[in-house]
Amino acid sequence: MSIFINDASKVIVQGMTGSEGTKHTRRMLASGTKIVGGVTPGKGGQVVDIDGHQLPVFNTVAEAMSATGANVSVVFVPPKFAKAAVIDAIDATMPLVVVITEGIPVHDSASFYAYSQTKGTTQIIGPNCPGLISPGKSNVGIIPADITGAGPIGLVSKSGTLTYQMMYELRDIGFSTAVGIGGDPVIGTTHIDCLRAFQDDPDTTAIVMIGEIGGDAEERAAAFIAEYVTKPVVGYVAGFTAPEGKTMGHAGAIVSGSSGTAQGKKDALEAAGVKVGQTPSETARLLRAILGR
Amino acid sequence: MDLFEYQARDIFEKHGVPVLAAAIATTADEAEKAATTIGGKVVVKAQVKVGGRGKAGGVKLAENPQDAREKAGAILGMDIKGHTVRTVMIAAAAPIEAEYYLSILLDRSNRTFLVMASVSGGMDIEEVAHTAPEKLAKIPVSAVDGISLAKAKEIVAAAAFPADVADQVVQVLLKLWDVFQGEDATLVEVNPLVKTKDGKVIALDGKVTLDDNADFRQPDHQSLVDQDAENPLEAAAKEKGLNYVKLDGQVGIIGNGAGLVMSTLDVVAYAGEKHGGVRPANFLDIGGGASAQIMADGLSIILGDADVKSVFVNVFGGITACDAVANGIVQALELLGPKATKPIVVRLDGNNVVEGRAILAKAAHPLVEQADTMDGAANRAAELAAK
Repeated sequence: MSIFINDASKVIVQGMTGSEGTKHTRRMLASGTKIVGGVTPGKGGQVVDIDGHQLPVFNTVAEAMSATGANVSVVFVPPKFAKAAVIDAIDATMPLVVVITEGIPVHDSASFYAYSQTKGTTQIIGPNCPGLISPGKSNVGIIPADITGAGPIGLVSKSGTLTYQMMYELRDIGFSTAVGIGGDPVIGTTHIDCLRAFQDDPDTTAIVMIGEIGGDAEERAAAFIAEYVTKPVVGYVAGFTAPEGKTMGHAGAIVSGSSGTAQGKKDALEAAGVKVGQTPSETARLLRAILGR
Repeated sequence: MDLFEYQARDIFEKHGVPVLAAAIATTADEAEKAATTIGGKVVVKAQVKVGGRGKAGGVKLAENPQDAREKAGAILGMDIKGHTVRTVMIAAAAPIEAEYYLSILLDRSNRTFLVMASVSGGMDIEEVAHTAPEKLAKIPVSAVDGISLAKAKEIVAAAAFPADVADQVVQVLLKLWDVFQGEDATLVEVNPLVKTKDGKVIALDGKVTLDDNADFRQPDHQSLVDQDAENPLEAAAKEKGLNYVKLDGQVGIIGNGAGLVMSTLDVVAYAGEKHGGVRPANFLDIGGGASAQIMADGLSIILGDADVKSVFVNVFGGITACDAVANGIVQALELLGPKATKPIVVRLDGNNVVEGRAILAKAAHPLVEQADTMDGAANRAAELAAK
């Protein structure tokens, strides 16, 4: 088992014919993901050869779904066109849409998130995220597939490279699913959504949660863990040294006032019984201690 | 990007939000001229992107142009919470009867937009929010539906605006929504929104925060950037397209990915506790494709920082290949030549790490040493900076 994606996931790539889309379609195929086609408005009817895979291109997500039975879409289209692409997927009632695109205006992401809520048939992951991987089963997004294999750890993180770092630290144990939820102010899937899914996933026995400064998602996640999660959770929070009011890459990583500080998040997690590491390596050691490995 | 009050006022005016006549001045001369043009009593207001300027003496009433000249002379150059006043706004003075509060913002927690409105506006709105939250109406606004006339009326009723101003406040709210949506703002705040003695509703002071991600469709916003405020190193980095923030420590940091770089700063700060309190000197994220040129640009910015005593390059190769990063470092040092004078600790892991480490080992640059782990590298970089 795994969360959100598994070896039956059939994936289409929105923006497959663009340079990023093509590059990552190749990588996803190489790691065993069942890519069944792509969507680029205006290029419907073409067939693209990627490493010997003949992939049909469709004008809309609805056409792609009816022709291929796809149940996951991954979005690589540029910021300017991302909103239209996600709305297209929501209108087609695509169950899962993973938005990799970085730099989408927040009015656009707030809009497509609100739209997905009114429809109630699409789960969005991201935007501005590395996607998710269930090693050996499916890899949707840009997470390197060769860091580690399948195992009992579930991982949820706002940050891409910290996700990779943590997977690397625990590569000998392996992961059920690792989800990069993205660092933007409005994201479709939260820490809490992933914690709930990991709690309910029989193949996940322990959870790593990585947060960073900004917002109150980690504080909310801490409250959720105290109430709902019985599996062991270890945490890591980045941004203790970040100065107030400075944006460091992620639009979401802005400290405003006293809420959203790294210390506040660490305190909230510890109060919920989560062991929080001071560095990624120490966090990995805490998890090892729990699993006895 | 946060805007100055005068920039917010201009944007309000552009969208039809009622504001008072105003002009900006950077000298006492200009202030006098502006006051003459506006006529009558004026208010001289320091333009700083920080709250509490009124209490700091940055806002003064002037009786006439000569007085405006004197008040502006006193306010220009003033330091308000670390911000130097370079510009003042000269605005017509209005006889105020009541002060209200109105804002539209992105509510991250609930992933929606939010309007906050109160008839108890003015300087102490934060106090009101704390001690009398019932006086601050908070109404969620759907990003799909926005603020319609009906929604605006609902908000104005919820905040219990008096009947004699309700219609005007509804109109102001609709126009503020135009500002919020039309300008890709994440915050539009009017405090105070005033009722003048002749019954008019006017936005007297405003704060606007714009979303940089929307720059591609907001070409006008480029002209709103405050060039003076930028640290010279940050300005140089921006010119090269680097995501760099200057900090106050001694260990220069280069990494890939915002989360990993933030984590690197923390790990260096912890390691620094054992080495005389050494701290990170900057945040620098080279992003996905770490070419030799990007590495050279990054290294030259960091080595140009007189505070830097050592450098820590921390890369986890995901899509980025470690051999490309290693080549980048080697070529960067060749490009920099004798300008490179500080020790560089490099930690590479992930994609093509064996090749990457071999390239650095072969180059054997006297300033470069490799470390196996992130914690170990941070400790070594802190140790070198403390020497």
